[in-house]
Amino acid sequence: MYEILYREDLAPVTKLIEVKAPLVARKARAGQFVVIRVNEKGERIPLTIADFDREKGTLTLIFQEVGKTTMMLGTKRAGDYLASVVGPLGHPSEIENYGTVICVGGGVGIAPIFPIARELKQVGNKVISIIGARNKDLLFWEDRMRSVSDELVVTTDDGSYGRKALVTEPLKEMLEAGLKPARIWAIGPAIMMKFVSLTTQPFGAPTIVSLNSIMVDGTGMCGACRVSVGGQTRFVCVEGPEFDGHQVDWNLLLERQRIYVDEEKRALEHWKEHGCQCDDGC
Amino acid sequence: MPREQIERQEMPAQDPQERIHNFYEVALGYPEEIAKLEAQRCLQCKKPRCVEGCPVEVPIPEFILALREGDLAGSIRVMKTKNNLPAICGRVCPQETQCEALCVLGKKGQPVAIGRLERFIADWERKTGVQKPDIAPPTGKRVAVIGAGPAGLTAAGDLARYGHKVTIYEALHAPGGVLIYGIPEFRLPKDVVRAEVDYVLSLGVDLVLDCVVGKTLTLEDLFADGYDAIFLGTGAGLPMFMNIPGENYNGVYSANEFLTRVNLMKAYRFPEYDTPVKIGKRVAVVGAGNVAMDAARSALRLGAEEVSIVYRRSRDEVPARAEEVHHAEEEGIQFKFLTNPVEIYGNDKGWVRGMRCIRMALGEPDSSGRPRPVPIPGSEFDMEVDNVIMALGTRPNPMVFTDAQGIERTRHGTIVGDPITGRTTRPRVWAGGDIVTGAATVISAMGAGKRAAADIDAFLKGAFTEADWHAKKEEVPAAHP
Repeated sequence: MYEILYREDLAPVTKLIEVKAPLVARKARAGQFVVIRVNEKGERIPLTIADFDREKGTLTLIFQEVGKTTMMLGTKRAGDYLASVVGPLGHPSEIENYGTVICVGGGVGIAPIFPIARELKQVGNKVISIIGARNKDLLFWEDRMRSVSDELVVTTDDGSYGRKALVTEPLKEMLEAGLKPARIWAIGPAIMMKFVSLTTQPFGAPTIVSLNSIMVDGTGMCGACRVSVGGQTRFVCVEGPEFDGHQVDWNLLLERQRIYVDEEKRALEHWKEHGCQCDDGC
Repeated sequence: MPREQIERQEMPAQDPQERIHNFYEVALGYPEEIAKLEAQRCLQCKKPRCVEGCPVEVPIPEFILALREGDLAGSIRVMKTKNNLPAICGRVCPQETQCEALCVLGKKGQPVAIGRLERFIADWERKTGVQKPDIAPPTGKRVAVIGAGPAGLTAAGDLARYGHKVTIYEALHAPGGVLIYGIPEFRLPKDVVRAEVDYVLSLGVDLVLDCVVGKTLTLEDLFADGYDAIFLGTGAGLPMFMNIPGENYNGVYSANEFLTRVNLMKAYRFPEYDTPVKIGKRVAVVGAGNVAMDAARSALRLGAEEVSIVYRRSRDEVPARAEEVHHAEEEGIQFKFLTNPVEIYGNDKGWVRGMRCIRMALGEPDSSGRPRPVPIPGSEFDMEVDNVIMALGTRPNPMVFTDAQGIERTRHGTIVGDPITGRTTRPRVWAGGDIVTGAATVISAMGAGKRAAADIDAFLKGAFTEADWHAKKEEVPAAHP
């Protein structure tokens, strides 16, 4: 059992929890993820590590309430426990001093882009960041992103805060203005990462994306997370989660993310009707 | 009744028409009087050949003798001198190719049903209360066992009985390995696995779950933490695919994923449990091993109307246990022999619609000694299916080797280890089970765990040192419990 030490509502549907997992925190690095289970009857879901504190032995996880598991997770308070926290899984981001880099975070993807931007900054890169969300309510961590970026652009789809634009628009303008970033990191919903990749491809700007496919074990055992990259089948959990965005078969990823849409609806309805049926007393 | 007139006793089972709608255990076990009757059939050979067929050398005539004399407690005590997990072995061992294959009665008629008797005596003990064996005084030595599957549990149990302090590290959230994520409830109930795991833990073994060695901790971390020896029993967990077009369509599962969802995550009880699994009306399972049978029979129980096993060789080469094939056929699973998929095709939403196959003929024997299947040109045909489950075998997961020095591996990813002692090429690291042999059986993994535990014990008690590490087993006598 893993204790939640702190919880914060970043937005009405976006929550932050700090969970005690000393062994995982000791090894965690930017770009990696954990697999968690909320309770004994819960599913295993991957969450990217938003931050970690090796001394306190804690991990910061940020999630958006989109289905039963994340909504159930959203009911947890400081002092509650998670049944499992496994990790750190996947490869860490390859952090080096590349020169100038761009970090793009969309929606809940702002959380995992933060530690990557921070490490890139720490080793001496010029970090230009673009963060965006559908509206003002879904934005968070602007201050933290600003603290690790040389420049920061904030966008919202509806213009309720910052510039009214998709993250791809300022990105395209920068590239058109002649900026030649050594690398671009983009993390967010698959559709956003797809369009970031399509935007950067004509400029030949190397673009790294962190794929969020469905997983079960997260250790290479099941193959649920398989994607096609450069025509090769790859397992996101052990070979990723970061891949070259220009090589990813985005339509396959988007289709595979929809495998259980009907079941997700059923699970949510069942939960709303019957409540949590685990034996953990939550 | 004279012994010669007693026939091999059938084990009661759930009716096929009923059981295809539930996940309860299919085989129901012998009642006591039937078990005693079956036990009468044993000839009590002075040189029992059956024991030679058992990878863990269960004293078979002795446990059967005690059973038929009504000393059930004595029978299980004898059993557990060699086997820590008899309720599991009695259910999943391929007895027909091991102990029962060598039974003298089998020459003219039917061999003694050793597996069913083993199951009976283990189930009797679980119902009446498990006895704790003698444990040697603490040695002060610490052993880390990686993986709580059949090899790791067996090694841990024996090492604890030798007096060592053992900690098992398991990557998943529940112990048991393939016993818990792979083998379905209807063949091996999870409370049976849980009880056998609890027995091992009752010997003083510690269990750390959710700990992926190679990620959460590395082997170097464990040595730095002061462990005197490490046993690797991480199995062969990576699924194989065919690398044919269309394998990534929605509805194509590795058997590992499908079975993990159903067994470990209990998708058959969705939405009470959160993990879903999506099975349509027509399901094709590719492969014909025990895993394929488990997948096919699970799909049927999840509501599939038509389930086929698609296998590139013929019935004679089917690698699954005879009992599993028999049960699958009783349940209406169709077998398409000498058939191999060449492509999976889908609809515009990315879902499987069908599978193109080619007919095969058997040619000259291949490196495995079995006839090589050869495609018959122009014999392609299409099957309409909603799901394809790939049960083609598995290979070891390399994750455990992160930053591990000096452990040599083959090009198949298995560990180069001494087949008897389990010693790897790195001193103080032993390995056993599928990570050494490639995907094999529960009992062979248990045998490897047992032999490695004996060798680890000998090492920890000073029978040999790191300087003797690469010596042959014959030169270094192993300790006995």
